[in-house]
Amino acid sequence: MKSFADLQREQAAWLARRRRRDTAFSIAAGLATSLGLLVLAALVIDVLHDGLPRLSWTFLTSFPSRKAEQAGILSALVGSCWLLVLTGLFAFPIGVATAVYLEEYDTTETRFRQLIEINIANLAGVPSIIYGLLGLGIFVRVMAPITGGRSVLAGALTMALLVMPIVIIAAREALKAVPDGLRQGGYALGATRWQVVSRIVLPSASSGILTGMILALARAIGETAPLVTIGALTYIAFLPKLSLSGLQEPFTALPIQIFNWISRPQADFHQNAAAGTVVLLALLLTMNALAIFLRLRLQRQREA
Amino acid sequence: MDVQPASPVTVRMQPVQSRTILTPPDGARARERVPLGGGRTSATVKERAIQALLAACSTISILTTAGIVAVLLFETMEFFRTVPLWDFLTDTEWTPLFADKHFGIAVLASATFLTSAIALMVALPVGLLTAVFLSELASERVRRTVKPVLEVLAGVPTVVYGYFALLFVTPLLQSVFPWISGLNGLSAGLVMGIMILPLVASLSEDALYSVPQSLRDASYALGASRVQTSVRVVVPAALSGIVASFILAVSRAVGETMVVAIAAGQSPRLTLNPFVPIETMTAFIVQVSLGDTPAGTLEYQTIFAVGTALFCMTLVLNLVSHALVRRFRQRYE
Repeated sequence: MKSFADLQREQAAWLARRRRRDTAFSIAAGLATSLGLLVLAALVIDVLHDGLPRLSWTFLTSFPSRKAEQAGILSALVGSCWLLVLTGLFAFPIGVATAVYLEEYDTTETRFRQLIEINIANLAGVPSIIYGLLGLGIFVRVMAPITGGRSVLAGALTMALLVMPIVIIAAREALKAVPDGLRQGGYALGATRWQVVSRIVLPSASSGILTGMILALARAIGETAPLVTIGALTYIAFLPKLSLSGLQEPFTALPIQIFNWISRPQADFHQNAAAGTVVLLALLLTMNALAIFLRLRLQRQREA
Repeated sequence: MDVQPASPVTVRMQPVQSRTILTPPDGARARERVPLGGGRTSATVKERAIQALLAACSTISILTTAGIVAVLLFETMEFFRTVPLWDFLTDTEWTPLFADKHFGIAVLASATFLTSAIALMVALPVGLLTAVFLSELASERVRRTVKPVLEVLAGVPTVVYGYFALLFVTPLLQSVFPWISGLNGLSAGLVMGIMILPLVASLSEDALYSVPQSLRDASYALGASRVQTSVRVVVPAALSGIVASFILAVSRAVGETMVVAIAAGQSPRLTLNPFVPIETMTAFIVQVSLGDTPAGTLEYQTIFAVGTALFCMTLVLNLVSHALVRRFRQRYE
């Protein structure tokens, strides 16, 4: 029979083992978490190291060229801006309208509502390259008389469909966060549903909706695969005209230009790709900072 | 679809929460918002028109799905008029751009399988450990700093990951294993794993975080340690949410395009060797898109056939994942 002291010793050993196992697991989990952070740091340092020496004002203001040292990203940068503005113009009103319909109008579980919800959930998971095939089949081929084929308009329409689920989901969250008391206050004053939505609910939800929109556009600006699929050209040595016919012109965008440079064997072009990436990441960082700023302002509003 | 301005109050039954609602947002103009007797009918017509417009906007999502299915099916049916389905599924060669054409999807599927498997071997364990660390072990301050950084990782464009795989990870791997070729599935898979890691981490973390505190308290009361509680109580309780995040990660890996197109190559090969150039389904679509392929040709139809295969795979995965999440929610809410 074991003595009490033996039992005590056994328990102490057991506890020590358990503590060791706990520590080991915690360290493993901490290391796993830091892996993501380390790779992010390596990626940023690698890109900055390769790209910063190549970055200059002439790089930003030159057209692409067959000679790596003369090439720039002007047409890609302008193309990305076009894409950004047009995508926003298409995706924002339709996405917000859908969110308003789902959150403010059709609030009972109708078949129609369920159908829309299933569609949004599935569309959010469709690979971006499939949207590229959709754009190629519909916007580039079927709607060629309107879009002008492989044009900036076709690209923006494709991108708008791609980011639509993100816009809708973000806008719905923002609308859900508006306190019901505000709506009831509006109705108590005799306002119609649209008056309540347009003058009370939407203004209260505006920062949340805008944050979602910016994040959606940040996704759009970095997407490459759908643009490659609809056949955005890579050698564009002109800027689209600021007119309706300009919408039908072929275009290039930053990620496409970067992809094009990576695909070439020469190291000089790889350096251009890195420099282009620095510009792209800087753009994304700006947009994310803007989103965070809006989110903070929103939090302060709620607390007030 | 009937508009009844007075009814919404009954639709949303939450109690009035604060007093501020008694003040209209801008009191001075509150009067004009009240529809007067004479304007009643025109106001109703306007309300109905607006609701119809909003409903029309929300059908865009249905139309998008319909458009995807229609485009894919139309071109794929044209494709199968030339290429028998049996050949598509069983041929072991993929040479659609050569004179002697073969269309064995297995060749591209093997590459997609290989890169996805490597990616998942990185993303699933690391992502889950990250989730457990952030949700159960880390202090609130660490959690609040690390989560946004992981979101940044998720926001880096895929083409940048392609650059990183080709020009940083591959040379690094080559310095250890000199026989690896410049384009290979291993480097693409590893970087893709890092890319989908934030997705796994953040969705799993949500699942872990929403496990009721009472389960943890009960476990502590039985004398379990923090790690024991996390691993044996919280993780099993959140399992369906975690599995859902895993399935979404598979779907993302299968559909990922730029990393594999840049770093894994464009040489269709029926192999599971991670050290040689291969071509995934998505990379093939990119390869054909880069050339100028006229509509109506067999090459043009091929990318839609490959796209259909891809769409079906991701659709099934997404549906399973959503079903799992819904089950999980029902259990705890």
